Amino acid sequence: MTDISHKISQIKKWLAAYDGPDISIMEVCGSHTAAISKYGISGMLSERLHLISGPGCPVCVTPTGYIDRLIELSMEEHTTVVTFGDLIRVPGRKKSLAEAKGEGANVEMVYSPMDILRLAKEQPLQRFVFAAVGFETTAPVYAVLLEQLVAEQVSNVQLLTALKTMPPVIGWLCEHGSGIDGFLAPGHVAAVTGSDLFEPLAKQYHVPFGVAGFGAEELLLAVYGTFRAVEQYRENDVLPGVKNYYPSVVCTQGNQKAKELVDTYFEPSDALWRGIGVIADSGRKLRAEYARFDAGSELLMEDHKKNQACRCDQVLMGRALPGDCPLFGTACTPMNPQGACMVSEEGSCHQYLMYHRTR
Amino acid sequence: MKQEKKITMAHGSGGRATSDLIREIFAREFTNPVLDAMEDAAVVPGSGKIAFTTDSFVVEPLEFPGGDIGRLSVCGTVNDLLMRGAVPKYLTCGFVLQEGLDLELLQRIVASLAATAREAGVAVVAGDTKVVEGNGGLIINTAGVGFVPENVCISAANCQVGDVILVSGHLGDHHAAILSRRMGIYNTIESDCAPLGEMVGALLEAGIRVHCLRDITRGGLGTVLKELAEASQVTMAIEEEFLPIDAQVRDFCGLMGLDPLYMGNEGKLVAFVAPEDADRACEILSGCVYGKHAAVIGTVTDEEPGSAYVNTAIGGKRVLDVLFGEGLPRIC
Repeated sequence: MTDISHKISQIKKWLAAYDGPDISIMEVCGSHTAAISKYGISGMLSERLHLISGPGCPVCVTPTGYIDRLIELSMEEHTTVVTFGDLIRVPGRKKSLAEAKGEGANVEMVYSPMDILRLAKEQPLQRFVFAAVGFETTAPVYAVLLEQLVAEQVSNVQLLTALKTMPPVIGWLCEHGSGIDGFLAPGHVAAVTGSDLFEPLAKQYHVPFGVAGFGAEELLLAVYGTFRAVEQYRENDVLPGVKNYYPSVVCTQGNQKAKELVDTYFEPSDALWRGIGVIADSGRKLRAEYARFDAGSELLMEDHKKNQACRCDQVLMGRALPGDCPLFGTACTPMNPQGACMVSEEGSCHQYLMYHRTR
Repeated sequence: MKQEKKITMAHGSGGRATSDLIREIFAREFTNPVLDAMEDAAVVPGSGKIAFTTDSFVVEPLEFPGGDIGRLSVCGTVNDLLMRGAVPKYLTCGFVLQEGLDLELLQRIVASLAATAREAGVAVVAGDTKVVEGNGGLIINTAGVGFVPENVCISAANCQVGDVILVSGHLGDHHAAILSRRMGIYNTIESDCAPLGEMVGALLEAGIRVHCLRDITRGGLGTVLKELAEASQVTMAIEEEFLPIDAQVRDFCGLMGLDPLYMGNEGKLVAFVAPEDADRACEILSGCVYGKHAAVIGTVTDEEPGSAYVNTAIGGKRVLDVLFGEGLPRIC
């Protein structure tokens, strides 16, 4: 047996046999929720260890007011709304962009924001509004797009932004007592920001952060390491910090160039999180000098549930499991989603239903 | 400059342009005594148990690495016949041509369809052409007839507890090739689009006790296993580390947030065979032109009828359900 496989087998034994006080760790990132399901990691844990899915799926935290505005824009003359795949099915207050498209609205799906440049050049008289949602990971891509728009003097593209940042929402979760003892920090975000981003949170709230990758073994190592860090803090008062389990991609300082580019075009702003509310400085908006690229993002402060029984808000905050929602798997399915968490393949509800997860 | 020739509404008028099109493109490529008679219906010999199926094909782009819509239209229908243990014999083709379709492209696709039909041992005995308004697209419908040998009983409801599960090669190639092409991502992934007659024929000829066959198309292996588990009321248990997946496809899926277990093929099958015959079946599949990477991937159990799961390489257990939605690439 190789060193690593020996280590993995030891880790699996510990995770299955743990019988100390309950420990709950939140995986903030939707891709981690998906990977945990895919590798069957949640089923490898003792009943005392809990992995809780968090608010890190960008489409899941986008408020209904934003979706409704996109739909309005898509109905306007000479305007096309351009979006990534999974946002198209997120329900607004009454319908989704996909439903609007079925009724004749102008909605285009793209795989890369750069596709919008091609569209804009092909149809110079049409206005293209790009649905710019996402976290620190996606923001640099929008910044690159803006750089191109400026350089090539393309004036028929605008962004409707609902960009979010991770630290404020994690701080909010720590302060609002969701009973979370530690965090699996999103590896993709940390690749851009650097792992240092989470240091102040670890110090302030005394919770460990494990920056995790997405391969089976590296993810398992991070899960184990973060559970152990909570245990060490409880038993030996070892102050928690940030540990990087994804060193092949993540460094302490992150991608300087990407960060600078994002800062060139965007500045911090308050942001509305679906089901949670406004969190100060948890978003990004276009800087005043680039306001001409904004399709009216700042006025979108409405958030309504499509179905009052939907518990997406509680799920996003780690206060309920998807299975606790009365609509889960019955009135709410991926084919007929009532809440955003059922739409994206990385949404908690979608994951729990697809993989028959109960914990 | 040479004028590119395109399909116009005149090609669908039923007049001179229509008959020229049929004669110069379709009849020439598909020629055989039954079709050449140009009767209103094909009258063909055959007796015994008949297998009969139809499928329509819509794919963008029309030509893709490893195949085109013509090859796909033969493989899809022929493979469905084969999955019931039938020997495919006859095919009909309906072409819905959109205005503006490039004639040279149509010619290539028809030639490819004809060549694939010859490879699969089926004759195109009837056809139809319509022209509709549009942007140069093409939709093809094929229907196929085959004959099932008396002693063959292969069915989705026939998987037996103890059966060994085999797949005939790499998962997800077709889906990954099409998506890469659509998204302008450079790689050398090719569609696996192929007729499966050689493999099915070889298994049956060697006397392998085949209980069920299914071609792995839309929805991928995950969806197929769940559907068959329900149809046969058994449990499908597979091992992640045994799954044959091409390295490029694996990386592409990783990049796009897609799962090879839910990616479609167009030239792969999953076979359920009696355990004593499993090794021989794998050897036979591996010896076929389109079965080089065949592998045993799991077994049928009676743990929880109607369910399917995969033991992950890291030692977890993951339940497989049918694919929900379209498998859209994620945002981050």
